[in-house]
Amino acid sequence: MEPIFLVVIAFYLLSTIGYFIYLFLQKDYLQKTGFYLLAAGFLCHTVELGYRLVQSGHFPVSNLHETLSLAAWAIAGVFLLFQDRYRLKILGIYAAPLITIVMVISARLPNVPSETQTILKSVWLVVHVVAIFIGEAALALACGAGLLYLLQENAIKSKHRGFFFKRLPSLELLDNTGYACIVAGFAMMTFGLITGLIYAKSIWGRFWSWDPKEVWSGITWLLYAALLHQRLTVGWRGRRAAIMAIIGFAVILFTFLGVNFLLTGHHGEFTRM
Amino acid sequence: MDIVLLGLNHRTAPVALRECLAISKDETSVALKAFQELPSVREVMLFSTCNRVEVLMVVQDKMNSVDAVKSFLSELKQLPVSEFEKSLYIHEGNDAVRHVFRVAASLDSMVVGEPQILGQIKEAYHMATTTKTSGVLLNKLLHRTFFVAKQVRTETGIGDNAVSISYAAVELGRKIFGTFEEKKVLLIGAGEMAELAVEHLIRNRAGDILVANRTFETGVDLAMKFKGQAIRFDEIEDALKQVDIIISSTGSPDYVVTRNHVKGIARRRHNRPLFFIDIAVPRDIDPEINRLSNSYVYDIDDLQGIVDENVEDRNKEAIKGERIVDEAVISFRHWYESLEVIPTIVELRKKVEEIAKGELEKTLHAVKHLSSDDIKAINRMTEAMVNKILHDPTMLLKNSGQLQDKSVYLDVTRKLFKLDE
Repeated sequence: MEPIFLVVIAFYLLSTIGYFIYLFLQKDYLQKTGFYLLAAGFLCHTVELGYRLVQSGHFPVSNLHETLSLAAWAIAGVFLLFQDRYRLKILGIYAAPLITIVMVISARLPNVPSETQTILKSVWLVVHVVAIFIGEAALALACGAGLLYLLQENAIKSKHRGFFFKRLPSLELLDNTGYACIVAGFAMMTFGLITGLIYAKSIWGRFWSWDPKEVWSGITWLLYAALLHQRLTVGWRGRRAAIMAIIGFAVILFTFLGVNFLLTGHHGEFTRM
Repeated sequence: MDIVLLGLNHRTAPVALRECLAISKDETSVALKAFQELPSVREVMLFSTCNRVEVLMVVQDKMNSVDAVKSFLSELKQLPVSEFEKSLYIHEGNDAVRHVFRVAASLDSMVVGEPQILGQIKEAYHMATTTKTSGVLLNKLLHRTFFVAKQVRTETGIGDNAVSISYAAVELGRKIFGTFEEKKVLLIGAGEMAELAVEHLIRNRAGDILVANRTFETGVDLAMKFKGQAIRFDEIEDALKQVDIIISSTGSPDYVVTRNHVKGIARRRHNRPLFFIDIAVPRDIDPEINRLSNSYVYDIDDLQGIVDENVEDRNKEAIKGERIVDEAVISFRHWYESLEVIPTIVELRKKVEEIAKGELEKTLHAVKHLSSDDIKAINRMTEAMVNKILHDPTMLLKNSGQLQDKSVYLDVTRKLFKLDE
């Protein structure tokens, strides 16, 4: 493994520590430190991915090690963007450890080159993968916002305020952030699926081939579509929306990893160990 | 010369006595002037709030001054000294300094951390400066006091959490809505706490205010007060469709808003959150509503529970505040002691001697051709100059006991020669 990979993990880990201390001490500079450490980690990570791309000549999703690293990179990037926009400082307590854990798992996996390198040079495929990853990263954050929402709502409803009440922001902010994440995530996912379909047509001659990954992606897409529809028509918000965001992300995780391990299909290559 | 503080507060005197001794603004300036006339009082300031009356003085003779102040108060308020003497506390030196710091930092308040006291002390100090009864010591002490009070407020959580029912309700609302902008408020019934909560919300830029009262006229009057709109009591159910915060305080024996009322309108409201603040006993709001999604009900016991917890939190934070005060007392003591004559003279001499020595060395280093006799002569001359320059200031400081206020001279000397660095 390249030393820069370790540097990236170190930055993410330090950021996580910063956010954890922030959770307890509630000093704003700690949160800022966490944020900048994460940003530094993201920059190094971008350099690392670029280096890999140049060196191998193909997009780095040829095995599970690379795929997870890219997933962590996407979550970090989307988190930094949302943080800048929504000021939900405490979300770092979810995002930073998540990114770190994904990176650590990635680091422990062997980096075996794959034989599918030729198809990884197609522009459509790269767009497909990047869009899907960014979309799923946003939905991962929506899940985090949902978890925090449930914690805070429970504190208010049960009238036992406890540790989190003071530390978490208002329900409205958590709900709005979660919603924004879902809208952005859903849009990116839709775009990613469409490019995927076009790519499939170009390479296998048909848009849809009932590959398990395709089926589960479709299920995921329908789930989020239903959630958004309900929100816009009857105002599904708050607790129910938060729970749906968490379930949605669980389905994504299954689509992302579970399908590849448990079922077989043409997406299997990307998560080979 | 020493700093002396005498006074009484909510812990030592019952409200009836505090009322009798409370001193108005006009009386304060009269009292300050009268105190200044006293031969043993050098500097003085006085502050009176609903919870305390305190006189802070720099005096030459403690017993005399204290007695004089007592009898002045007794005369001013037509109250025999024996009536209030037992409630008085008298602090001097470090204790007086600590007391002033604690009071200003709101560590001595009835509700620890309440923010008004600092403003009141600032006002009292302003009064003392305009009547010219404050001098070097009180100026320094009060500036330190303001600094300490601010430090305690920013470095501890002493003022963080709401300690009144209406404020606790508003803080809770903030955790639900984030901001109150464009949030509509419905006030059902009337009552001090409920109205206070509405006022807090208005101050936090809440949107429209609706007022429902069984007697429509009362409702109209209240609505005028809040620049809101009065509705009839049977319109409440309809109003629930548009409002976000409901504050209820009626004498009704039954629930005014029931679970079914709220359940029926959730869809019409697009599930926007509803926050019920129930200040009435017996309760106005069906507690079952709290189980509905996006609806939150807090009754008076829930709010009181929050207040109790917050008071406890403040008391914990107050311990940190005490530590800050202790440190500040020590540092003030250092400054105060530096105002003693002898240390100042010694420091002054040391400073001038060091300058002379430094310059001498520089010169001798540059001029090499001097004989050892020449060097001795120059040394002697420098020494003589130092002595002559220091002679008059030293004599003045030594005899300053006879002057009106030696602390002024000491303070000026220390500033002129930058002895405090």
